Order: sequence, then C-alpha cells, then structure tokens
Amino acid sequence: MLTGLFAILFYVATVILVVGVAKRIAAYWRTPAPLKIPTMPAPRTQGGMLYRMGREVVLFESLFRSNKWIWIFGWVFHMALFLVLLRHGRYFQESPWFLTEIVQPFGKYGGIAMVAGLGGLWARRFLVERIRYISTPSDHLMLLLLIGIGMSGVMMTFVAHTDIVALKHFMTGLMVFDWKPLPADPVLIAHLSLVIILMVVFPISKLMHAPGIFFSPTRNQIDDSREKRHIAPWAAEMEK
Amino acid sequence: MAKKVDFDTPALSEYLQIPVLQEGSMAHSSPFVAKPDHQEALNFPGELVENWHDQAIAKMEDLSKTSRSFSLFLDICVHCGSCTDKCHYFLGTADPKNMPVARQELLRSVYRRYFTFAGKYFPNLVGAKDLTRETLDEWHSYFHQCSECRRCSVFCPYGIDTAEITMAARDILDAVGYGQKYDNEILGKVLKIGNNLGLPGPALKATLEDLEEDLEDDTDLPIRMPLNEKGADVLLITPSADFFAEPHIDGLLGYAKVFHQAGISWTMSDYASEGANFGMFIGNYPTMKKVAERIRTAALELGVKRVIVGECGHAWRVAYSFWNTLAGTGHGAAADDKYAQMLQKQLDPRYPAPQHIIEFTYDLLQRNALKIDKSANDHRTVTFHDSCNVARGTGMGGIERGQFILPREVIKAVVNNYVEMDSSTMFEETYCCGGGGGLLTDDLMELRVKGAMPRMNALKKVFDDEGVDTLAAICAICKSQFSKVLPFYDMPMDMITSVHQLVGDALVFENND
Repeated sequence: MLTGLFAILFYVATVILVVGVAKRIAAYWRTPAPLKIPTMPAPRTQGGMLYRMGREVVLFESLFRSNKWIWIFGWVFHMALFLVLLRHGRYFQESPWFLTEIVQPFGKYGGIAMVAGLGGLWARRFLVERIRYISTPSDHLMLLLLIGIGMSGVMMTFVAHTDIVALKHFMTGLMVFDWKPLPADPVLIAHLSLVIILMVVFPISKLMHAPGIFFSPTRNQIDDSREKRHIAPWAAEMEK
Repeated sequence: MAKKVDFDTPALSEYLQIPVLQEGSMAHSSPFVAKPDHQEALNFPGELVENWHDQAIAKMEDLSKTSRSFSLFLDICVHCGSCTDKCHYFLGTADPKNMPVARQELLRSVYRRYFTFAGKYFPNLVGAKDLTRETLDEWHSYFHQCSECRRCSVFCPYGIDTAEITMAARDILDAVGYGQKYDNEILGKVLKIGNNLGLPGPALKATLEDLEEDLEDDTDLPIRMPLNEKGADVLLITPSADFFAEPHIDGLLGYAKVFHQAGISWTMSDYASEGANFGMFIGNYPTMKKVAERIRTAALELGVKRVIVGECGHAWRVAYSFWNTLAGTGHGAAADDKYAQMLQKQLDPRYPAPQHIIEFTYDLLQRNALKIDKSANDHRTVTFHDSCNVARGTGMGGIERGQFILPREVIKAVVNNYVEMDSSTMFEETYCCGGGGGLLTDDLMELRVKGAMPRMNALKKVFDDEGVDTLAAICAICKSQFSKVLPFYDMPMDMITSVHQLVGDALVFENND
C-alpha cells in the first residue's frame, strides 16, 4: 500500500518535474533576445562569457559584490545542497561512482550546513525591513519546505537511522519498475513527501532560477555588437 | 500645469544611508500623460482604449513571445533582496516601490495572475494580482521612477535587469493609449523634423554658422561646422542639446576643434541631427528602429566612411549595442543580409562602426596627432562622472572596461588636476544622475532632485575635501540634469562640463596659414 502509493507519486512527480522544466526551458530557448543587452563590462569572447557564467553559478559573484550576508547564507545553502545531492547518489546506484564515494564523509555534514544557510535566509525575511516588504507567503513556504527536507534528512543521519538498505532497494527498484517495499518510518515518509512536493512545484515556481540563469541575456551575451550583427528572426522580417 | 509639490532636498552624509521605508512617499509622482497627437504620431492609440484590460494582456502575451528577458526575468526572481538597496531613487526617496524588485513586482504580479499556473490558481500565495485601472496608474507612476540605469542588474545573481521590465511596462502603457508626454512628444519631433528640439534644417544651419563665427573669433582659424556635406569622411551624430544648451555646446565646439586639428573631413546632417533615441526609453522596438534608420539613411546619402557619435549616454548605448541590430550600422553582417550589407560595404572596415568621439580623440592623442597644453586647464580640479548608459550598456576602444579607461585617459591627457570620486559610486557601480531614462522633465523635478542624492553625496565629498570645481561628463542628459540639481545640493550649476570642452580648451593652434 505505502510502497505502491509512493512509487506512483515518485513517477508522477518525476514526469511533472522533467516535462515541466523541459517546457519552460524550451520556451526560453525559442524566445529570442532581440537586442544585445549584456550587463557591461562584459566578456568579448565565448570563453570569457563561459568564465563569467561559471563564476556566477559556482561563486555567486554578483551576489557577493552586493550583500555579504545574503551571499554567505545563500552560497552555503546551495553548496551544501550540492554536496547532499551528490551524496544521495548512493541510494540510486548499485555501486556508487567515485564522486559519490568521495563526498560521503563530509556530505553527512552538508545537511547541517544546508539547514543553517536556509535558517539565515529565513531570518532575513523577518529581520530586514526591505526583505520583509518583498517577501510573499510562497517565499516563506519555500524555505519551510526546504528546511523540512533538510531537518528530516539530518534526523535520519544523526538521530534516528532509517533502514537505509531497504530504502536503497526501493529506489533502485523504482528505476527498473520493480517495486521493493518502502520502510514505514515516519521521518523517512515525511522526508520523501516533502521531496515529492518540491519536485512538483519546481517548474511552476521561482526555483526555475536554476536553469533560468543560463538563459539570462545580461549574463550570457558577449560584447561584440559592433563586430557582428545580432538580429531576431521577427525583427529581420521587418526589413523585407 | 505642473503640480507644485513642496519637497525637501535629501540630506547628504559621510556614508550613504539605507533609508527606513516610507510607504507611498512617492505615490504622487507621475509624469504628464501624452496627448492624443503625441501618441498617434507613434502609431499608439490617442487615449486610454476602452478594452485596455484585454489589450494590455495581449501586449504582454506578445512581449513574452518576442523578448526572452520579459518572461525569464519575471519567472526567475527569488526575492533574495540583493537589489533592494541599489537604486538611487530608492535611496533618495525611501519609497519601497522604488526598490528594483518591488518595482518589477508591479508588473510581475499581473504576469503571474494571467500567465502562470501558480498565479492563476493560488494568487494570494505568490502575490499575483488582477490587472485593474488602478494598476495602470501605479505603473504610470512607478515605471516613470526608474531611469533604466541598470545598476540593479549588476548586483542581481541572475542578471535581472529592471530596465527591461520598465521598458516592457512603458511599451504596454503606450499600447493601451496611456503614454508619457515628455518622451512621446519628443519622439514625434525627431521623426518629423530630425531632432528632439524640433529645430528645422535652416535654423540648424544658422546656429552652426554662428558657432563658426565664435570659433573664428576665439582661434583666428576657419574652424568649420559642416552640415550635409556629401563625400565627407565622417558623419557626426550628436545629441541636439549640443546645438543650444550649456554646457553641451562647448563640447560641440571641442569636437569641431579636434576634427580641425586632425584634418579629417566631417559633416553633420539636418535629416539626422539627433543622436538621442527615446525609442529605447519607451521600450518600443519599431519606434527605436525608425529613429535609428534616420542615421542609416543619412550615412548612405552622404556617402560617409565613418559614423562618430557625440557625448550622449543613452545614444551611445543605442549606437554601440543596438544600431547594428536596428539599422545595420556596424560591421559583420551575414553575406545574404542585403539590408545591412548596403551600408556596411560603404563603411571603412578599419574603424569601429559606430565610433565614440572619445574613442576618436583618444586615438588621436595616442598617435600624438593633437597639440595639447594641459596648463590651459590648470584653473580647474576635475572629477569625472560615469554615465549609467555608457558604463553598463556600452564599451569603448574594443577592450573590456574601455568605457571607463578611455574617457579618463582623454581627461588626464588634457588636465593636470584630476580627482576620482568614491569607487563604490563609479565604474559599473556608478549612480545615475537622476534624470536619465526619459525622466528629464520638469513635471518630475522632485524625483530628479531626490534621485540625484547618491551621486551628489559622492561629489560633495570631493568638492569639500579635494577642491573639485569641475564635474566632467559625456552625456547630454547628465549635463542638463546636473546643471538643474547641483544648486539644490549647494554646489554651483556651472561646474558641470563637457569632456570635449576640456579637450578644446587645451588644444593649441599654431596659426601658420
């Protein structure tokens, strides 16, 4: 019963996540940026642009320049999340690949860092007047959701271990449509339920910033407007 | 008639303070609405259309298909707050709706309601709102409290540019017949007469002849101000403020002196006697294209080899970043791109197209082609204001950061006493003068004075501590705005100067003919 329910929920959530995100990305991909609008000074080569984008995605360079508090909380949360996700690879692979192996020892503490970063971000939504003003209920709920995922995960790592071997069988089974029993551990069920909610809201929420940044014309364009003519297909029609 | 609003000039301080929010403190600020003839000249409805609601939503649908930044920027903001203390209008007015994210939210809330799943079914959760008549008023107010300076986009972790959102909102307002008078009236003039002033060809010719006389009195040399001269090498496109306003006009005299000493033949055009392109301010591509095409037409008719742009910030952004797109005024068109090839075949590939007058003068200085006596400017202590559009929307010299390096190198080549303002208010983090983006109108005077505060704060420091008495700039709007707002901050209005006035004053002419 529980196994079947969560198996189906995972399938549905995965489809929503993949199809939803793909549809949004396709829309961004198809829609032209009619004008050259990189935020200057901008790189003058493709390689330079990739380096700028890399600094933005890995180091959060613009945020660092702007506000050290948001940066430290945001960056710690995202990097910890990255570690935690890598570490979770072991629940989906029969024999984990080397990166998943490498992050095991400290990936454990990633969960704590993740919750700490999220806590800092949430505190700012209450404490800083300007950020309180711009926060919507969904901004709070999103942080609550992520904190819930982080806390339940940390619980299972450090406080009340779940039957991780059975969970791994369930997950690897899901991937080949061979359902194995899911342990009926309340903390685990809470953890998985919140993850399913996260997967479903991803494509319809601000979480789209993750793929979205790669399409941001102010960051992915090159400073070459005088050397190369840039024109959108609909704009070229105006010249015929 | 202008609303007479009493307001206090913001106080300056040692360090820039982030203000405590004062909700609604600028809700009364809204520019005059365009009259039917201003609107219709640009093919917009004359007045607010009856079905404005559906028209506005249809326009948003259209924008989401034609411009990626529209839906992308409205989708991906996470409300992190990074931009909240970056806007000069917020810092100067304390109105929370002048925080970039809150300004975007005025449009985003409507976009969410009509175009996203979450907004359609859970509007309260995500702050989605119906489009009402009041929304349009609020848009008209607060999207005319943004100068499209892009400072927020420097600090956004995703590069969200509020200027793009402001342009989109103004485009929507124009589409439903609710435009802004100042911008649209001026656009009508440039399209009909050739410049923002509405100065017709014969009047322009007379003005230039007077200036030639002044130059001759000044230098004893026949320095020319050519107009409509076919076969000249260079077409100079400059903001029309250069023809009549102070201190702009001294910049124009400076260009003429540089051209004269370099011995390069040049001309202006009465058909395209305007560098400004307010089409950018209102975010309307077809209008911006029409204005840009006047320059293309003039360049083709006059047969010039180069196009050089005078000191104007947004004009340089349009020229540098958009002219190639809008009117094929640049290089590198595809072989089958007949439209762009027409002009690009004519332009000399050895020079960037278009080129900034600063790049031109810099190049001459590098080659020692100009005779300079720096001491002619010794009575001045100069600082330079990076204009927002030049800093964050363009480049110079074909090198990264050239837009900061070249103007400073030109100034330092002609001036002995140069002082830099606080670097956190300069370069790509420069503060707008407070009058950019189509807001340089008397009906927005309170906004302009308050929005100038961050720049005035940094300027006051070097004015008091380092004896700076000259503020140099390369933007017509900055120059007009500063001469208006400097007195509010107890600094003399005439300290604002064109960079090419400094160059012109330092040029040495040996009269050997």
